[in-house]
Amino acid sequence: MTKIPPLLETRNLTMRFGGVLANDGVNFSLGEMELRCLIGPNGAGKSTFFKMLTGQLTPSEGTIRFRDHPIDGHPSHEIARLGIGIKTQIPNVFNGLSVRENIWLAAQRKTTRNAARQIVDEVLERIMLKDLAGAIVGQLSHGQRQWVEIGTVLAAEPELILLDEPAAGMTDEETERTAEIIHEINKTRALIVVEHDMEFIKMIAKTVTVFHQGRIMLEDNVEAVLADSRVRDVYLGKKVAA
Amino acid sequence: MSDTVKLSAQIAAVLVACIVVAVMPLYADLFQLMQFTLFASMAVLALSLGFIWGFGGILCFGQTAFFGLGAYAYAVAAINYGDSTPAILCAVIVPALFALALGYFVFYGRISDVYLGVITLTVTLILFNVFNSTAGDEYTIGTARLGGFNGMPAVPTFNMPFDPTAILYPEDSWYVTGGALIAIYVGLRLLLRSRFGRVAIAVRENETRAALLGYDPRVVKLWVFVLGGAIAGMGGALYVNWGAFVGPTIFALSLSAEIIIWICIGGLGTLIGPIVGCFLIQYLVSQIGSQQSFNSNLVLGAILIVFVLLLPQGLVPTLRNLVAAGWYRVSERRRETGHGQSRQMTAGQPVGAE
Repeated sequence: MTKIPPLLETRNLTMRFGGVLANDGVNFSLGEMELRCLIGPNGAGKSTFFKMLTGQLTPSEGTIRFRDHPIDGHPSHEIARLGIGIKTQIPNVFNGLSVRENIWLAAQRKTTRNAARQIVDEVLERIMLKDLAGAIVGQLSHGQRQWVEIGTVLAAEPELILLDEPAAGMTDEETERTAEIIHEINKTRALIVVEHDMEFIKMIAKTVTVFHQGRIMLEDNVEAVLADSRVRDVYLGKKVAA
Repeated sequence: MSDTVKLSAQIAAVLVACIVVAVMPLYADLFQLMQFTLFASMAVLALSLGFIWGFGGILCFGQTAFFGLGAYAYAVAAINYGDSTPAILCAVIVPALFALALGYFVFYGRISDVYLGVITLTVTLILFNVFNSTAGDEYTIGTARLGGFNGMPAVPTFNMPFDPTAILYPEDSWYVTGGALIAIYVGLRLLLRSRFGRVAIAVRENETRAALLGYDPRVVKLWVFVLGGAIAGMGGALYVNWGAFVGPTIFALSLSAEIIIWICIGGLGTLIGPIVGCFLIQYLVSQIGSQQSFNSNLVLGAILIVFVLLLPQGLVPTLRNLVAAGWYRVSERRRETGHGQSRQMTAGQPVGAE
């Protein structure tokens, strides 16, 4: 019997910036349709990890395989075409264009004119920006631009979605809505979510991977991770220990 | 301003331009007509840079490289074939291929924007020196002598397609040059509404996001650059047709800088702006040139300073915003009075009902 390869697998993934080890031998594996949360203090290497997965950085060492297909060091657009979509930490959107145009650009690449229009309408409904479809994205609030970026990721219909701090700058209501959408997406697709907001993590997480100083320190289900004393020491101390 | 308003404004502008081109020979004397023909050929060059800079985000300091290559390619081919039809084709293809080769190294080498400016500027200087040192019989392509710093005089001008005996009169040349300018404008407008054009604008807006959505920014920028080169080359052919002459000063830095000034004054990020800026400034410079009290470069510099300080967006975007603001105010007022009427009617209704 052949084993089904994991959706995403990294082996000994290492990124050096001069003398700084941003990622140090990361062995990470994600199954099909899995929802994984990444946590860790600032500078733990989470965003660097995401940048290597999406081709924005070429790893110094190690390999990344997406459905058993090596992708490390490939250009971003090739990786995106294979089906990895990312919402970056700082909203990365087309600021001078309308909300609708932003979503359309994501939707139209691999589909027909009519299908793209339909996807745009669905996504606008989903991110609740239908009334602002004609607005220029650069003039929207930070939270709304987060939604626009999530919308572009959804409209591209990737197989694996990476979300880097999706709830940052959102109201409680919006955060809840984000959690809902994440659950909804997870019915058909795999996700990796980086977040600092522990309440949010509790809302969505099953398995949590903890990054610390560029390495994976711990990987377990959410209750075990939040109860772990080392995790508290490096990161959560004040908030959860109480 | 809504999309339909914009579109109707653009269509109106094209219609007006067509009429102006059509009736110009009736109102202008031969000298003026020749001058406008020159301006229109330069406007094609301005349009090419306005397109790649304003919509592709590529600031090329050496757009004259493609203009000059187009001019030389036209001259060499026209002398050899004795027919302008294949020569015009050469004037478009040679600079486009050159842009393809140059752009490939620049965009696939991931050279940043500032260096792109430096490289294109240097390329223009190199081409100037190369063509400047082609004096002598050994620099002959077919029957065409490149002529070094003297350039190539008596280049055959445009003739009717495939009929070298039917040479165009200055009026016809005006129609061809003005018509080409309008056709290129319309073509670029259509392109910007197409999928490719919208993706090109997206790449200009945010290269990283475009790549993360699966578009290859290198390919998109390369094609925008090649198209810009082809259009500049066409401008070069129109320029040679105007003067029947091409020399190495066509690669001069002053012209490269001047195009940038035209675009800054007319408005970056528009297609009309570079054309308006080009016509305005060239007309002004030619008027100043006909008297002695002001130096034209001094005036040009003063105008640029005034624009950078007071109208940094340029003429066309400033006017567009003014019109849009006026439009908004009028429609607001109309809505207000509309509401007033309906309120009066509802207030009056019970009276009528009684």
